[in-house]
Amino acid sequence: MAQTKVIVGLGSCGIAAGAGKVYEELQRIKEADNLDFELKKTSCIGMCFKEPLVEIIDETGSYLYGEVDSKKADEIIEKHIVNFTPVKEYIVKSDTTDTKFDSYFEGQVKIALRNCGYIDPENIEEYEARGGYQAIKKIAGEKIGVQEVIKSILDSGLRGRGGGGFPTGLKWKFANNNRSKEKYLICNADEGDPGAFMDRSVLEGDPHSVLEGMIIGAYAIGASDGVIYCRAEYPLAIKRLNIAIGQAREKGYLGKDILGIEGFDFDLYIKEGAGAFVCGEETALIASVEGERGMPRKRPPFPAVSGLWRKPTNINNVETYANIPWIITNGAKEYAKYGTEKSKGTKVFALTGKIKNGGLVEVPMGITIKDIIYKLGGGIIDDKKFKAVQLGGPSGGCIPEYLSHTIVDYDSVNATGAIMGSGGMVVMDETTCMVDIARFFLEFTCKESCGKCTFCRVGTKRMLEILTRITEGEGREGDIEKLEELAYQIKDGSLCGLGQTAPNPVLTTIKYFRDEYEAHIRDKKCPALNCKKLLTYEIIEDKCTGCMVCKRGCPTKAISGEKKMPHFIDQSLCIKCGDCFSKCKFDSIKIY
Amino acid sequence: MRVTRINQKESAVKTEAKVDLKLLEPLIKKYKSKKGNLIPLLQGTQNLFGYIPPEAMMMLSRETGLKISDMYGVATFYAQFRLNPVGKHIIKVCHGTACHVQNAKVVTEDLQNFLEVKDGETTPDNIFTLETVACLGCCSLAPVMMIGDETYGKLNGKKAVEVIKEIKRKETLNQKKSLTENISKN
Repeated sequence: MAQTKVIVGLGSCGIAAGAGKVYEELQRIKEADNLDFELKKTSCIGMCFKEPLVEIIDETGSYLYGEVDSKKADEIIEKHIVNFTPVKEYIVKSDTTDTKFDSYFEGQVKIALRNCGYIDPENIEEYEARGGYQAIKKIAGEKIGVQEVIKSILDSGLRGRGGGGFPTGLKWKFANNNRSKEKYLICNADEGDPGAFMDRSVLEGDPHSVLEGMIIGAYAIGASDGVIYCRAEYPLAIKRLNIAIGQAREKGYLGKDILGIEGFDFDLYIKEGAGAFVCGEETALIASVEGERGMPRKRPPFPAVSGLWRKPTNINNVETYANIPWIITNGAKEYAKYGTEKSKGTKVFALTGKIKNGGLVEVPMGITIKDIIYKLGGGIIDDKKFKAVQLGGPSGGCIPEYLSHTIVDYDSVNATGAIMGSGGMVVMDETTCMVDIARFFLEFTCKESCGKCTFCRVGTKRMLEILTRITEGEGREGDIEKLEELAYQIKDGSLCGLGQTAPNPVLTTIKYFRDEYEAHIRDKKCPALNCKKLLTYEIIEDKCTGCMVCKRGCPTKAISGEKKMPHFIDQSLCIKCGDCFSKCKFDSIKIY
Repeated sequence: MRVTRINQKESAVKTEAKVDLKLLEPLIKKYKSKKGNLIPLLQGTQNLFGYIPPEAMMMLSRETGLKISDMYGVATFYAQFRLNPVGKHIIKVCHGTACHVQNAKVVTEDLQNFLEVKDGETTPDNIFTLETVACLGCCSLAPVMMIGDETYGKLNGKKAVEVIKEIKRKETLNQKKSLTENISKN
């Protein structure tokens, strides 16, 4: 009889939700009661909305418990382990019974995330047991040539998952073409998009898949040195990467004459990014690795010709590398089975915002946005009205509800004015103000502009000023046109992707939600009731009981009225702090 | 240009302890002859002191030959580097997209009101530094804040203030404890 396993999900988000305490509690019970089960760690399975997660695998099947705290952990152990009766009400996924969350996993195809949540990321044997390092062994064993590897990746149709969508095989081919003896391979793990965390999840959950992808990449382009440029804000990812690198070295996956392939030497190190969004851009990233300010430079020469230390360099994103071993093991054809004509394979999305089942989902390209939100995501929180979805972070745009039949592939998403980006998908409902969202992103890009190109440096600042004015009720006629004019100038006048795409959030919201801009500018109203300065608080006389709670709390003494008589708000004094609204027990304050 | 730094209050700067430059020696030894060493040197310095003191920057320059202007340029370019000492606990309030649409603004506002500091400032007692950061990557728990290694999710203004109050309570207890210990020792 196999021993029962109890596995705790310990990714960053799980730990944030309290998984560390649950693990300690389980360890305590195990020792205190001398229970016979194996306690193990894994990483994020993607079901973030139910964290902390604990999985129990016994001879009858697997049971995933959601929202476990120390108390629930006691109960689950008591009932499931000691008395052999699974606690049905906490189960969120099981191979023995249906749950209401099954739709979250139906329709997902896990390739990049194939091991996340299934293995202990700090244990190389568990990665190997699930087919890990088989791809590089296959290359060594079957003596697959460099050109053949590149052809496989080309045939698979894999495109850069960091946002650009450039065919990975082609990139490798360019880097391979260069005859320089010294070449570099870089993994871009500087995931900076607010709202995207798939790279972190892969690094924390399955670091070896990224390493193996890099080793194959190094073989294909002929690089002997590798760098993983990882955000310093991801301490757990860095820790697990370091462990993985050590293990890979020990087992001979890194080092000299790897797996007996003569002359194939490759090793790598981690370079911690110091926090600059622009370093996601290849040339800026290279400057940062060289220890300088991360400022992009003009291309060509492309990094494939002259990159790190002026040597040919190939840069791919975390998710891209994680796909590589799977493609080599299973074949390009198998990968290209998924997806659309020009966008093959799967893509990981970080589903967040006003969505019921938020988390990481990996879906085949070609699925509609609507299916992701309603079938996988379970719809909008509190069943409010779905308004728009933001794709691609600060470089992307907002896709409105009526275009939610759009399929996710590079070209279809680009046609809406948004971009696929790294896969952040932030869902917004009727209470989200689109002007405010545009302002939010501009504030971000304005801060993160490196300052090299005038249009990006000054233009984003001017756009931000206009947007701020509009959300504060100071909008003027002609502002929308001015924003558009600036947007196109910034797009044309900027060197790198940051500037060229920075105006996208503004342009898409103007395109699809122009009426909201007009309501702010002309009527001085925010239809989503989000922009504070444009709100009016009023007491409904019929409902007010004269309890005086609002009057006592009002910081500007704008509320007047006698006890047990309807109160009144003096609009000239009201600072719209919302204190009265949150304190009123009789719903007698309306906002419009 | 890219990172707006708000100057620390006078009081916070004055209380800075003397910087022990000897601590820098192993770091310099490790990175001195490596290319691309500027950022790791600054990161190492910050790990030692919690910020990059001017005298440390001068020593690095003397020992490694790196130019102060380059170092200062890099230190002000990246969001990670601080040029002023920080409080014991750094409160990082996430303002990523997911947190933004879930009202992270209110969390920051309420913390600002409670601690009576602005974004980027340190409280006069040097216990808290309040910071706004872009995405911590815990989007499904939005809005979140991070203090040390601990992340607090599904916040609102009130909950956030409660967390701070609790830390403050513990800090005051610790202070009293060490005070009584000192007295009993003497």
